[in-house]
Amino acid sequence: MERLFRIFRLDPQKDTSPRFQEYRVTIEPIDKILDCLNRIRWQQDPSLTLRMSCAHGICGSDGMRINGVCTLACQRLAKNYPEDPIIIEPLPNFRVVKDLVVDIEPFFEKYRALKPYLIAEAPGSETERCQSPEEREVFAEAIRCILCACCTAACPVSAENGQFMGPAALLRAFRYLFDSRDEDARARMRMLDTDDAIWGCKSHGKCTEVCPKEIDVRQRLAQTKKKIYEVK
Amino acid sequence: MQLYHDVVIVGAGLAGLRAAVELSGSADIAVVSKVYPTRSHSGAAQGGIAAALGNEGEDSWEWHMFDTVKGSDFIGDQDAIEIMTRDAPRAIIELEHMGVPFSRTAEGRIAQRAFGGHTREFGRAPVKRACYASDRTGRVVLDTLYEQCVKKGVRFYSEFVLIDLSFTDGQAGGALLLEWATGELHEVRARAILLATGGFGKVYKTTSNCFTNTGDAVSLAFRHGVPLQDMEFVQFHPTGIRGLGILISEAARGEGGFLLNSSGERFMERYAPAIKDLAPRDIVSRAILREIQSGRGIDGQDYVHLDITHLGPEVINEKLWEIASFARLYTGAEPTREPIPVQPTCHYMMGGIPTDGDGRVLQDSAGTPLPGLFAAGECACVSVHGANRLGCNSLLDLVVFGARAGKAIRQWLAQARPCARDISDLRDASREKISRLLAAAGKEQVPRIRQQLQELMMEQCSVFRDAAGLEKARRKIQELQQRFGAIGLSVREPRYNMELVEALECDHLLSLAAVIVESALLRRESRGAHFREDYPERDDRNFLCHTMAFKEKKGMRIEKKPVRITRFEPVARTY
Repeated sequence: MERLFRIFRLDPQKDTSPRFQEYRVTIEPIDKILDCLNRIRWQQDPSLTLRMSCAHGICGSDGMRINGVCTLACQRLAKNYPEDPIIIEPLPNFRVVKDLVVDIEPFFEKYRALKPYLIAEAPGSETERCQSPEEREVFAEAIRCILCACCTAACPVSAENGQFMGPAALLRAFRYLFDSRDEDARARMRMLDTDDAIWGCKSHGKCTEVCPKEIDVRQRLAQTKKKIYEVK
Repeated sequence: MQLYHDVVIVGAGLAGLRAAVELSGSADIAVVSKVYPTRSHSGAAQGGIAAALGNEGEDSWEWHMFDTVKGSDFIGDQDAIEIMTRDAPRAIIELEHMGVPFSRTAEGRIAQRAFGGHTREFGRAPVKRACYASDRTGRVVLDTLYEQCVKKGVRFYSEFVLIDLSFTDGQAGGALLLEWATGELHEVRARAILLATGGFGKVYKTTSNCFTNTGDAVSLAFRHGVPLQDMEFVQFHPTGIRGLGILISEAARGEGGFLLNSSGERFMERYAPAIKDLAPRDIVSRAILREIQSGRGIDGQDYVHLDITHLGPEVINEKLWEIASFARLYTGAEPTREPIPVQPTCHYMMGGIPTDGDGRVLQDSAGTPLPGLFAAGECACVSVHGANRLGCNSLLDLVVFGARAGKAIRQWLAQARPCARDISDLRDASREKISRLLAAAGKEQVPRIRQQLQELMMEQCSVFRDAAGLEKARRKIQELQQRFGAIGLSVREPRYNMELVEALECDHLLSLAAVIVESALLRRESRGAHFREDYPERDDRNFLCHTMAFKEKKGMRIEKKPVRITRFEPVARTY
């Protein structure tokens, strides 16, 4: 079956404004959107640029907007978009550096800024720290996060406030704040207790809506707020 | 740009990151990666990481060692396997202390599950040895190690492509890197280089590997005269999603799932009566293909069913969430109610750059180290996996030998002199190569050459092989290499140029495929993942050895290298 793709194109070093380019692609029932984009690159237009690696929703490289929704191109089957054209755009809330590629560095910077690592005295023992399945369950959903940036791209607060840490960075902060093994909850809560961190979240819930890993990000951030509020 | 560091680590998967954690604070290190570190392919590992912790039933490192030796079909080097299996429990505890969110037993200990080829009492029955975090073990270990690097302030060069390696007076001393964003070529000098670039499953059409797994560093090392060991041993994972190759973890069978043919028979009972669906991967992949050849594929087609429906939604949701989501997304099957259509998919390279047990690259069959050059992880061949790797032993290999390489590099730095040689000639050669590609105006297309290579390797050099097919593959690869000399590219701009990177990668894939085929031709026996229809038996008299492929002026030569056997003499490999 032949399908029509309308794809965002921009080379900021050459173009003054973006344009949309149309491509016709023959698709198979098992084709992911990513397969279609690669077929365009390999058979029609090698200049089309995107990020990709694992091609099955684990590495988180190919976040983009498909028909207006932030998602992973390797997790969406072309046949599930029955109407032409299928519109492909880069993730919003980030600076486009070429076509579907955005400057993702600020995203990783914010994630790194919120101390995404366990803070705890090294146990002297030669065995593992104990953690009950119930204690682990508290943050088990959050470790599905693959840092694809779809949530942050879809977040209305991130769109307005470039300083906002964004849902992904805050979700990782939740993961460590609620890990029973972590010993620095106080400092973590102080770090999160600002308008650009946890209080920036206005519970729009776009993060939860788009998360390719089906994480209820909004709910996890709400838990973080509640914990900080209770301590204060 | 000219960069100086003590150590350059190429690759930001588990091996590279574990080495970086080891070295940070004591050396100036730089980690170079084609992708952002958290996007490395180690993250795709699902099922677990093996260690005889004994948290869920009695276990011992000797049993683990025996299973690994037997799994390797007796050509894993037993001294190296002993190092790995003895160190495994410590390595896992260390990961837990770093913060890896392992699944837990009711008592709060690290949970463990059964996995293919891992047994108690030297093959008597399956044992729970795989430490896991649901079915995203690789991803959470990758995240944790990256986050340790963040904590320690490790320097990363993300989205940089390795273009060449430099050597001075027989010592590794630098690398040339292409920055994807700018298209600029950078020269980095270092006193030690660690190659940790992973596998190169993209040689094959059907693979669980990511697009970036093209073996660039392995191919470059080979061109510089470094031998490649045991390249004929390519692991096909039994359960890739039909038509896509996406991995469905062995954890599905570890938790109790099983394979079914068209008549609904649990056929693994015939192929491995003692441990059935938990037989090692080479055996299960061959069994699936034999069923298909005998017309017992589902609806007579090229796949079988993996059934986990009886595990129930709760277990599936808690322990197999990712693979259930893959099945739903890509096949439309609801795994709690329907079986998953699967077929073997290229998964792992047992072969690679030969190293000793401390990551030092060996430049000949006698085991002479190549000063300054180190390798760890899938791109290396220690060899702990021999002719067939057991599931969960790869993540273990990465963290054990990644750390050991880090330690060995620290020792090396204490006495290594700086690499003073001017490598401008090499830089000029790389620059010219890139300019030539950017201007290439031939009529051959890289995507077509790559596709034909991948199909060829799938047809002639995958699970079943024979001399006629391998010789055909040898000829065709030479043709493809010639055609590669006449490629045309159309994107002239070096910035964010995917076409350029894919051309460089295709060149590497062609070189590596040639080594795989040549090594497979030489090994006229069947052992582990290498099965020759024309030599269906294992031949210990002639082939209880490693192969070492060396690049020659024209073509290559292959030597045999002895296997180190310390504890377990070869016996028939049945399960």
